[in-house]
Amino acid sequence: MTEAIPGLTYTTARERPFDPPDELTRVREETPIHRMIYADDHEGWLVTGYALARAVLAHPSFSTRPELLHPPIQNRLIKMKEFKTPPGFFIRMDPPEHTRFRKLLTGQFTVRRMKQLEPRIEQITNDRLDAMESQGGPVDLVQAFAMPIPSLVICELLGVPYDDRERFQRDSAVMLSLRSTPEQAKAAMDDLLGYLRDLVRRKRAEPSDDLLGGLVAGGELDEEELAGVGLLLLVAGHETTANMLGLGTFALLTNPEQLAAVRDDPAVVEGAVEELLRYLTIIHIGPIRTALEDVDLDGHLIKAGEAVTIAAAVVNRDPERFGEAETLDVSRPVHGHLTFGHGVHQCLGQQLARAEMRIAYPALLRRFPGLRLAVPAEDVPMRSDMAIYGVHRLPVTW
Amino acid sequence: MKIKADTGVCVGAGMCALTVPEVFDQSEDDGTVVVLDHDPPASREAAVRRAVQLCPSGALSIEE
Repeated sequence: MTEAIPGLTYTTARERPFDPPDELTRVREETPIHRMIYADDHEGWLVTGYALARAVLAHPSFSTRPELLHPPIQNRLIKMKEFKTPPGFFIRMDPPEHTRFRKLLTGQFTVRRMKQLEPRIEQITNDRLDAMESQGGPVDLVQAFAMPIPSLVICELLGVPYDDRERFQRDSAVMLSLRSTPEQAKAAMDDLLGYLRDLVRRKRAEPSDDLLGGLVAGGELDEEELAGVGLLLLVAGHETTANMLGLGTFALLTNPEQLAAVRDDPAVVEGAVEELLRYLTIIHIGPIRTALEDVDLDGHLIKAGEAVTIAAAVVNRDPERFGEAETLDVSRPVHGHLTFGHGVHQCLGQQLARAEMRIAYPALLRRFPGLRLAVPAEDVPMRSDMAIYGVHRLPVTW
Repeated sequence: MKIKADTGVCVGAGMCALTVPEVFDQSEDDGTVVVLDHDPPASREAAVRRAVQLCPSGALSIEE
């Protein structure tokens, strides 16, 4: 194949807050797959084209097991193979081990179950808006709105006391920071696992009608597995939607016509959520896989042991699949973006995330029709240094 | 068209139930696909094909 870019490496550094790194976009303009040098000097691959990305994620010969992983960038999170991944952390398992955990949980996250949660999500959202209104602007939208809503929802769903949020939000932030040393990240993970182990023990003594309580009562998982499952769901449940709410609001505030459509036309909201998921793609590192055997990908031989990193944010801008992909257009019919992944690991909580976003964006914009940034857009601190992209803070007023 | 669903392969992501709730549901038990209408009317054909395409696990197929 052609080596359009010799010595290509991965990056999370962006030129503009809503667009993936130009260097990765340039790769896609040349080729849907390219050789890439990983942080451990491994020579693997970068996938930037939509069709190939889907093919890799659906292919049973690509593994997510941590001991096989090569890190595309130098940071703790991706160096997880140096740690013992906790039992029950099924995002880093292949079938059939993965299947065992996933099947225990999928019944809790169905479209219908999430529909039943909507009145509660609306209530939580309105409580936060009331609090913002009585406090008065300017406020940091991340702390006042984007973080508490998914945090409260996942806490209630799992049966984790929200009053303990200082501890789990801090641990989770350290785990996901690309600036954390491996020691700091491991200490944060161990602390959170210890917290969840205690919680599981309490639920064994005092049964509770929530997801973790149900898993405890079900008796299929041991204490370590329960803590690992809890860790994954708790971290994934609040860090992801929180960043979509913060970054999505920022994107809408800088695109007033798009904002007006989401605020004024209920028929637009469902599609707007999909378009914001596609356009913003907060998963800015990976997904990452390792070939278990030689695989031919559209004429490129991926050898057993070689790593493949999918640049999801760039893939979601593939014009062959999404047309005018560089434009945010909340009124376009969009489906099939890879923000929730694809294949057996596709996001378990995606229907919950959709429900939260469909409720929260329009509720915020309708409550505060004059919502605006309280700082210049270029002063909004971006999360290029975190495993999940977004805004660190979003000062707004109305 | 006739819809085939493999619940052994299904990962319960819910894309089918989201896309065509008239044709697909999910089991209360393990979230895997439940086909409500194996032979849907032509008016739903495009939506069913999209659901099959969106399915992350390849659990759905169509027999013409």
